Amino acid sequence: MNKTRASGRTVGGFRTLSLQAPAVTLLLLWMLVPLGMTLWFSLQRYNLLMPGMTGFAGLENYEYLLTDPALWKSMGNTLLLVGWVLVITVVGGTLLAVLFQQEFPGRGVARVLAISPFFVMPTVSALVWKNMMMHPSNGVLAWLAESIGLPALDWFSSLPLTSIVIIVAWQWLPFALLILLTAMQSLDDDQVEAARMDGAGPVAIFFFITLPHLKRAISVVIMIEMIFLLTVFAEIFVTTSGGPGLATTNLAYLIYIRALLDFDVGTASAGGVIAIILANIVAIFLVRMVAKNLES
Amino acid sequence: MTTVRNKQLSSTPNAGLATATQAPGRPLVTTVNTKRLLLTALGWVVAGTIFFPIFWMVLTGFKTEAAAIADPSLIFSPTLDSYIEVQQRADYFKFAMNSVVVAFGSTLLALLIAIPSAYSMAFLPTKRTKGTLLWMLSTKMLPPVGVLVPIYLLFRDFGLLDTRTGLTIVYTLMNLPIVVWMLYTFFKDLPKDILEAGRMDGASTFQEVIFLLMPLTLPGIASTGLLSVILSWNEAFWSLNLTSSQAAPLTAYIASFSSPEGLFWAKLSAASTMAIAPILVFGWLTQKQMVRGLTFGAVK
Repeated sequence: MNKTRASGRTVGGFRTLSLQAPAVTLLLLWMLVPLGMTLWFSLQRYNLLMPGMTGFAGLENYEYLLTDPALWKSMGNTLLLVGWVLVITVVGGTLLAVLFQQEFPGRGVARVLAISPFFVMPTVSALVWKNMMMHPSNGVLAWLAESIGLPALDWFSSLPLTSIVIIVAWQWLPFALLILLTAMQSLDDDQVEAARMDGAGPVAIFFFITLPHLKRAISVVIMIEMIFLLTVFAEIFVTTSGGPGLATTNLAYLIYIRALLDFDVGTASAGGVIAIILANIVAIFLVRMVAKNLES
Repeated sequence: MTTVRNKQLSSTPNAGLATATQAPGRPLVTTVNTKRLLLTALGWVVAGTIFFPIFWMVLTGFKTEAAAIADPSLIFSPTLDSYIEVQQRADYFKFAMNSVVVAFGSTLLALLIAIPSAYSMAFLPTKRTKGTLLWMLSTKMLPPVGVLVPIYLLFRDFGLLDTRTGLTIVYTLMNLPIVVWMLYTFFKDLPKDILEAGRMDGASTFQEVIFLLMPLTLPGIASTGLLSVILSWNEAFWSLNLTSSQAAPLTAYIASFSSPEGLFWAKLSAASTMAIAPILVFGWLTQKQMVRGLTFGAVK
């Protein structure tokens, strides 16, 4: 028995290696090559429009970027966008999860409708909101405002960042709902029942039983959303193109402008490095939490 | 899906019991009914509000262009003109075809690479397995915009810009960690004895995977595949930056409607409806299992 197990392990070790090799090698290449190149380019003078100007730039690109007011404006926009969308989706998602956990006729259909926006491609949802919902004269919101006697709002020129927040939150609210609803299924019914017997009202049950139970799921939602929200792109690309001015330019969009519109590879790469650092600060916590889960 | 139903069944008597014990003096039936009515109304209003933009888009697709920009109205004579016109513009099919080829191609590739890997992680775990899994998750944390420049330049140098091959490669690698993770969680649920029995009968690893593992975990593999299709189909960052005309998928096609002179709402709606309909259905079918993949098993 011992002998077979021992030999099985060595064979297993070899098999493991050969079976995992394709996935691991590809991901390693996918991660290391572009990462290395981004780091390298960020230290180079490299503009596709000025082929003559090349060479080592040291930290020049970072200096140029860090003294550019556009970077700080876009960082601010990124944080505002991420922050607001997180607040809306987490608070809204929790409340919705509680609502859709209750029983009512047609709950299954209502749930499906409520999570649907998550499956809509970002370019479609952005354009539907931009044209059919938020259009200043023909949009549904304008019509609603006018029918209750309010002036119609030109969303994208008067509240550009808010408009983007609304669109992105609409896409991610269903994600929070889906995750939290799933987490809610593992809530112990007997515990809730016992609390109710002891005279706890629905509010007390929510704060002392439901919310603590959802804590972990909520933090997973926050971290996963953060990773995606830090680099929101398509919604800005098809609605405002970062404008008016820099009002809706986030870090991702700024890098896009520098790289593919200004052809300034060096500065864009420096921006990329900053984006990677920001994402990794979040990622460390997420990876840690998932690791804890793997052990149990 | 079954768990939801079980839950519903099991919590019904409890809820009735609770109300009964809580309010012994009050007229029981009416309180329960008003509460239930309010809850139902609230649930439906909230769900309807969230779904409204999609509903409105589908509706607008059946309007004429004139009706589409007129005052919002539910009453109109439905027409298929926009659908016909969008279909007739030959390019719609090109974009749709690109979406199909790239989404399904990258999914098949990802499954092909991930199944052996997930198999070995689930059934032949070593000390390094956990580390490898976490490292795979961490590659997902690299924001695409951070590596946009090198990928763009590499693609340019290798002639992959605006090709389906290029986009397929990117999507395969983008989804590979999620696919490995999801398959791993499904494989781990399979009793080890079954594969053990196959091995006793002299099955090779290859036969074990093809004839035992895959048929037994087919629902899991299918929902993993569907999630990968959904994510690739809806991906917009790489498709907008790496394609222009030849390989552009539907995300890019829809984005072309954003130009100010392209205010054709009915056509935009018809094209959008066709672009999201299959994915919406896939999403509805796999929502339960998707949570596993999207949260890397941290929420079950």
